[in-house]
Amino acid sequence: MRRCPVLLFLAWAGFLFLAGLWLFASGFLLLRVELPQHSACTPSPAPATALAMGSCWLPRRFARAVLVLVDALAFEFARFEEARPRPRPYENKLGALHHLAATQPHHARLYRFRADPPTTTMQRIKGLTTGSLPTFVDVGSNFASYAIREDNLLAQLVHNGRRVVFMGDDTWGGLFPKMFSRSYFFPSFNVKDLHTVDDGILQHLYSTVDGGDWDLLIAHFLGVDHCGHKHGPDHPEMAKKLTQMNEMISSLVDHLENDTLLLVAGDHGMTDTGDHGGDSEKEVNAALFVYSKTPLFRAGPPKEPETVPQVNLVPTLALLLGVPIPYSSIGEVMADLFEGDGDAVTAALSQLAAYHVNAKQVDRFLDSYALAAQDLPGNRLQQLKELFTAAAEEHAQLLAQVQEGLLALPELEAQLGRLRSHFQHYLREARAVCTTSWARFHPFRMVAGCALIAASCLLCYIASELASALDFYHHCFYSLFGGLLAGALLGWAHGDLDPILVASWVAAASQLGFFWHSWSQRPRRIHLASVRPPVASMGLWQRLRAWLEPALPLGILALRCGAMFSDSFVIAESRVVPFLLASLAMLWVGKLHWDGQLSTPPDAPKQPPGSLSCHKESRPLLGLLAALLVCLRLSSLFHQCRDEVLHCQPSPCLAPLSSLRSPQVKNLCYLLCVASLVGLVYAVRRWLRHYGNLNSTSPLVLFVRWGFPLIAFCIACYWAVTSGTEDTLGKLQELVQAALVAFPRAVYGLVATGLLLVLWKPVTVFAQDNRAAAGPIVTPYQGAPSSQADLLHVISQIYRRMQESLNSRLEGGSRWAAVAAYGLGSVYSAALIITLTLLGFFLLLLHSERMSLSFLLLFLEAFILLRLHVSAMSLAGEAEPFVVPWNAVIAWVLATAQFFYSTGHQPIFPAIHWNAAFVGFHEDHTTHLVPALLVAANTFASHILFAVGCPLLLLWPFLCETRGSRRKRLKKDPQDEEQEPLMEMRLREAPERFSAMLLQLGLKYLFVLGMQLLACVCTAMILRRHLMVWKVFAPKFLFEALGFVVSFVCLLLGISLVLHVDCAVSAWYRQLEPR
Amino acid sequence: MKDTEIKKLLFAHVFCVVSIILSTVIPSFFLENFSVLGTHLTWLCICSACVTTVNIFLYIIVKPNPSSKRSSFAHKISRFLKCCIYFFMSCIVFHGITVLYGAPLIQSVLETFLFAVLLSTFTTLNCLCMLGPNIQAWIRVFSKNGAMSIWDNSLQITTMCSIVGAWLGAFPIPLDWDRPWQNFCSEV
Ligand SMILES: [Zn+2]
Ligand SMILES: [Zn+2]
Repeated sequence: MRRCPVLLFLAWAGFLFLAGLWLFASGFLLLRVELPQHSACTPSPAPATALAMGSCWLPRRFARAVLVLVDALAFEFARFEEARPRPRPYENKLGALHHLAATQPHHARLYRFRADPPTTTMQRIKGLTTGSLPTFVDVGSNFASYAIREDNLLAQLVHNGRRVVFMGDDTWGGLFPKMFSRSYFFPSFNVKDLHTVDDGILQHLYSTVDGGDWDLLIAHFLGVDHCGHKHGPDHPEMAKKLTQMNEMISSLVDHLENDTLLLVAGDHGMTDTGDHGGDSEKEVNAALFVYSKTPLFRAGPPKEPETVPQVNLVPTLALLLGVPIPYSSIGEVMADLFEGDGDAVTAALSQLAAYHVNAKQVDRFLDSYALAAQDLPGNRLQQLKELFTAAAEEHAQLLAQVQEGLLALPELEAQLGRLRSHFQHYLREARAVCTTSWARFHPFRMVAGCALIAASCLLCYIASELASALDFYHHCFYSLFGGLLAGALLGWAHGDLDPILVASWVAAASQLGFFWHSWSQRPRRIHLASVRPPVASMGLWQRLRAWLEPALPLGILALRCGAMFSDSFVIAESRVVPFLLASLAMLWVGKLHWDGQLSTPPDAPKQPPGSLSCHKESRPLLGLLAALLVCLRLSSLFHQCRDEVLHCQPSPCLAPLSSLRSPQVKNLCYLLCVASLVGLVYAVRRWLRHYGNLNSTSPLVLFVRWGFPLIAFCIACYWAVTSGTEDTLGKLQELVQAALVAFPRAVYGLVATGLLLVLWKPVTVFAQDNRAAAGPIVTPYQGAPSSQADLLHVISQIYRRMQESLNSRLEGGSRWAAVAAYGLGSVYSAALIITLTLLGFFLLLLHSERMSLSFLLLFLEAFILLRLHVSAMSLAGEAEPFVVPWNAVIAWVLATAQFFYSTGHQPIFPAIHWNAAFVGFHEDHTTHLVPALLVAANTFASHILFAVGCPLLLLWPFLCETRGSRRKRLKKDPQDEEQEPLMEMRLREAPERFSAMLLQLGLKYLFVLGMQLLACVCTAMILRRHLMVWKVFAPKFLFEALGFVVSFVCLLLGISLVLHVDCAVSAWYRQLEPR
Repeated sequence: MKDTEIKKLLFAHVFCVVSIILSTVIPSFFLENFSVLGTHLTWLCICSACVTTVNIFLYIIVKPNPSSKRSSFAHKISRFLKCCIYFFMSCIVFHGITVLYGAPLIQSVLETFLFAVLLSTFTTLNCLCMLGPNIQAWIRVFSKNGAMSIWDNSLQITTMCSIVGAWLGAFPIPLDWDRPWQNFCSEV
């Protein structure tokens, strides 16, 4: 029996996918760990000096600040060139900035404010407040909300007793809850609305500034941004809007006090079409204008405005306002603003003090980050540490020399300039290291990962086509192990490579080995194929038809993969997948009809014209199709909403029962849930009883008889307790809390026990010893089994046939006692069904109560798909029930995706059911592993169930082998002995084919999953700078990748279980042999 | 004989295409707020009525399958009633299939039903005109080797293309280009 090669090949194929996925993710996912630390006044990185009241780390320079954020204020909008003869609508409109800078060069200055990609507003607000580089995966974020948990400027201000007032874009409310002493939020959703937010701000701006009960005032105008989106920058409306901003700034300056700093900034720029979000030059070039009524700058403005990175605003503003720099900031202070009022040396020393504090803070952050994560290269961090240490020592040395008065003035200025450049070099290098790790894609890794996944898909397709060639394993494993060896040697010889590259090298080399071997075997395989049937005699049309056979289901798969390239289709995927599955089913049945397989067979005599000339199985087939369509439609009742879809109401079934107000409705829903639970248990028990698998006295059957109702009872009790009211008495409250933990843990324990029993004794066959029987007794079969006795009789005959078959192979003429075996024909399916039910109970517990209806629908749809698959195969007159067609595999995978949505999930992070982590755990978790596993099981429930149940596609046609079809064949050959339906024992007659077809099914399933994954990978790569990449495509890629891993692991487990049952059945046969 | 049939078929199809074009163009002069992209109930009714009229007219004029035997008036009435019942049942079936494919069950009931009526005029009405109320002939025609004349071939092609076109018509549904954030920025 070739069991291990099947699992090894599948595991290797999965490894190829995972290596490509890992390589791609390392190039695509910009990862950053959010640190929980916060800066404080003490300990201070500055030397211990006396500070005025209200200052931290450095003397406070300004009591208050006004930050006017004009969204999408590009640098081109803010600069003023008098020489320009005919300005564009967006040019030379902000005359107030130009006038202030020209007339008061020591009070005002314009900077080129360089943003970091992605240039979406939310990410830029994060950058402007935390001083860090937000990436897509800010690990440590609370995905359920967008609140900034990191240390940031506003948190520092609030923590140090300052008052922050906000007016404008309501995005800030979500990012900074409970941070503003007063706030005026205006809706920002409608980008065609140019005036609501701006007019709202202007209504309150001047009175608030004059009021004076604030320390930081933030006004976020959206008109310029929305005007860009609606009309583009080159439009008269933009001119009007910028003129409005100009007037606003002019008026605002008149209202400022002397102790107030004014900052007018853009969070990003915009393209020529008015969009932003990517990393083009026009998108990252924003403007920053700094103004104060007290002198700010010693020197005059430079000829060309200086370029300042956006993150530099955070440490600058923090130190100017006298609060600590946020912990995670990697910005560099703007040295021009720390010159003070003294002479050149005093100014330089003030700047150096600011630089030293800033560098010390960045060094502290890098140290903490190196402890928390390992994604910053160690050698670069070592270099940075050396740079900082050298600069700090030089700074201390210089301060000592200045205090002693040892240095002459020119030499001192030179040393000060050199030291300042050292600090600048350190800070810029630190930011460069962080930028390289966090905010840059690696195109080569992405392309290589994509190519690896594509090659893995091709490999799975070729291998699934080759799986029927039985001499395939021996030769292929030699080439595979050769490839693995070559890859490992190459990775080892190359030196100190990280495991991602080594795994990718190994995967690529082994893939090449497989492809080379397949190619070299091609002439021999063609020779083999010409033997059965001859290729030459086959016409071109017949070969084209054979090739086109999987064209329709693969076309549906292509549509599904193509839909992933559009954000509209990804958002609407919960409706696209049922649509495609319904279309696949319709095509499946329609193709059968088109080929004339629903009508009467050609050899049968012509029916009279009046009656319907339909095959007797076509009506059940149409009934199954209708039932499938109804299931698909009903599954949309359990959908979750995305915030992109307007007017969307989440399904009421997603909410727990405790949220219902009316007791009558609650009781009705509870009874419905319990009824669906009982229905599931009853259906499984009835199925097992029907196929004779409930007669055994083995522990597993006893568990099915008694454990299943007990699990159902515990789940029902747990649901009753959770949906009960909270206003219970003290003693009862204690009991309720205990029950909330006891019942789920009981279910966990029972499910684990059941799974262990399946692993220990999976054979659910009851063997009854009848020594009285002399020989094989062939008794006539009278119709369908109406009672238990008839059923037992039928299946006992199955075992006799198997026994004869075995005996003729092992030894001849040996006398053996007749043994009746009940449930032998469905032994593989029984183990799988029991495992699926146990997993279903476990996953049911992790979802809300009314999701039991969705799970019942899942099991029902799976059953319908299996019946449809069997009917289609029998109607097509398949001589090869071993081969699972592409229709069935693709329909199975589409059902997986369908029930991902129907169990109340969406591929977005806010839709993750986090409360699943606390089912059965009252206190906080000690580790992260258990809650992560529970949440993953909750999220990918359908992936788990359908992947484990995948081997049923191979087993079900054998299980549903009926007496009727056998009888029909007996008509042709009355001489032969009456044939018994062997059902799944037919698989044991051809163990090589069984293994090969199991491998082929696994490879086909992996191919379909891999194609979906490839589509997501290509989407994420091609559209990596698309505006919706962080909201739609990257979360979809993450969910699809995790779903692939879960499906792959569960597929391996399902196939392992079938092979394990095969081993156990072999052992069971051997156990019976000696008697 | 074959040339005559091909000419008749060509004339019938040209007539159908022209009537479809006219039923798309003409209402823009009479109906306010008309757009082919939008769901206009009156236009759906007009289009269905036009296609029905054209098909029945063509059946009466061209007579693709001339009946050899004379039929009594009662038999004609019976056939006509059976055709009506089959057409109505077809509308119900198409409505059910559309709902099962994802159309709203309670909202837009009229729109869904009128779409089913329109689809039935393009598919079932053709079958009723060409083959009569004979399900056996329908089943025979819509199989691989069931087409016995160019009219049957034409019926196969037009019916299948109508259904595929209706199926493809579902694809622009998720493309909500009227949404504010679709082309614009991601403020949230
Ligand atoms: Zn913005
Ligand atoms: Zn924008």
